Amino acid sequence: MDFGFSLSPSSAVNLDRTDMSLYEMLCDREPTARTCIGCGSCSATCTASAISGMSVRKVLLGIQRGQYREVEKMLSHCMLCGKCTMVCPRGVNTRHLILELCRLYGNSEGEL
Amino acid sequence: MIYQGKQKIWSEYQKEIPDDHWFYVRSCIRQSFFPGAEKHFLKITRDLLGKDIYETEHHTTCGGIAYHCDTIPQETAMTIVARQFALMTEAGYENLVASCITSFGNYCETIETWREFPELEARIREHLWKACRREFKVPKYVAHASDLIYKFRGEIAEKAKFHLVNKATGEPLRIVEHIGCHYSKMFPHKGVGGAEYPCVLSGMAEAWGGEVIDYPERRHCCGFGFRQYLVRANRGYSMSNTHKKFESMEPYHPDVIITNCPGCPFFLDRWQYVISETEGKTYGQNGYGIPVLTYEELAGLVLGYDPWDLGLQMHQVAVEPLLDKMGVPYEPSKKYLGLDEKEIMKPGLPTVLKCC
Repeated sequence: MDFGFSLSPSSAVNLDRTDMSLYEMLCDREPTARTCIGCGSCSATCTASAISGMSVRKVLLGIQRGQYREVEKMLSHCMLCGKCTMVCPRGVNTRHLILELCRLYGNSEGEL
Repeated sequence: MIYQGKQKIWSEYQKEIPDDHWFYVRSCIRQSFFPGAEKHFLKITRDLLGKDIYETEHHTTCGGIAYHCDTIPQETAMTIVARQFALMTEAGYENLVASCITSFGNYCETIETWREFPELEARIREHLWKACRREFKVPKYVAHASDLIYKFRGEIAEKAKFHLVNKATGEPLRIVEHIGCHYSKMFPHKGVGGAEYPCVLSGMAEAWGGEVIDYPERRHCCGFGFRQYLVRANRGYSMSNTHKKFESMEPYHPDVIITNCPGCPFFLDRWQYVISETEGKTYGQNGYGIPVLTYEELAGLVLGYDPWDLGLQMHQVAVEPLLDKMGVPYEPSKKYLGLDEKEIMKPGLPTVLKCC
């Protein structure tokens, strides 16, 4: 029956049902990803962040929550300048992390 | 020592509720949604407990519904509230009890705003005098009607003919209590238990033998949200809120939901039908829904009043499974008979949600 309105899609994240395979594959290729503490230094220094919404912190959080479409959109804005790698207090190789993530998304050249 | 410490902390969450002499203001919408609820509040407090509850035919809406829909400014809502206070003052009462949660929130908001901005109170007094030549005193106490039933829950339990216990198994019924947002989310100290531990309904349920379910979305809004429902394009949000609550409470298999707000029982009840028609899902046992009752209706059932006199036939979700569990006798053939034994109209049956 059509009432003229319907349920809005839920934005809830159910971690019990989230597919973590992409995150695990990423950690195999770039183990420093596991040391991220989500401080956001990478996002704060990101040149692309202010105009595009790119955030390495959100990228890592997104793949741990199964929000693959949002992550893919953010990755397309990365300029690979590497400033995030320089400021990371945990020594996460964020530039390599993004490149590997792009490869995992299906582009073997690492280009978006 | 530790127990005393906890008692001390808990005492800060309590609310002083005067014993007697109340000026009662009804809700705009409850009498059409659940017509037996307010009638039985008066029946219980006046006739059964012998309290002095006064109401006047001159009172109007509190203006809260229009205020929260952004159709009238705050000063207009306050002038309407001031007129209610004037009626109370003229009748010689100092304690105001509201049937509606939004009215209760509106009265509290008005009084608190006047306390912060006395010049606004002076302006409203002027508006009221110009509009209808009335003057008022600010009520000493403002309570919601569920506060009174909570206060007298022990006396009701003593007079109870049925308890919130499954007659067949002897187990307590699993109760979901849903408290209206305007009860204590706006002014925590105005509600019993504050905003963190509101116990106005759970206190009743436990006093009458039930077991309260603590589920993840227990304090989530029912979804009414005024404009969320009233603007048709937003109704999906309203239903999604209710859906979220039902999905969260479903694993706990509740037997009944009790509420103390005019909007909550309506939406928790009616949206079960819409969800069943659009999603094909029902949340009760054997294709039924979860019955949704107001606290007055539940008190009425506990006290042994006839379910059809309480107006339970006006609910979308069938209440018969609950009545069977409690062991409350009812006559199915009289469900849609009015006071004069004449047939009132029977509703059409839903395609998915099972009704008796």
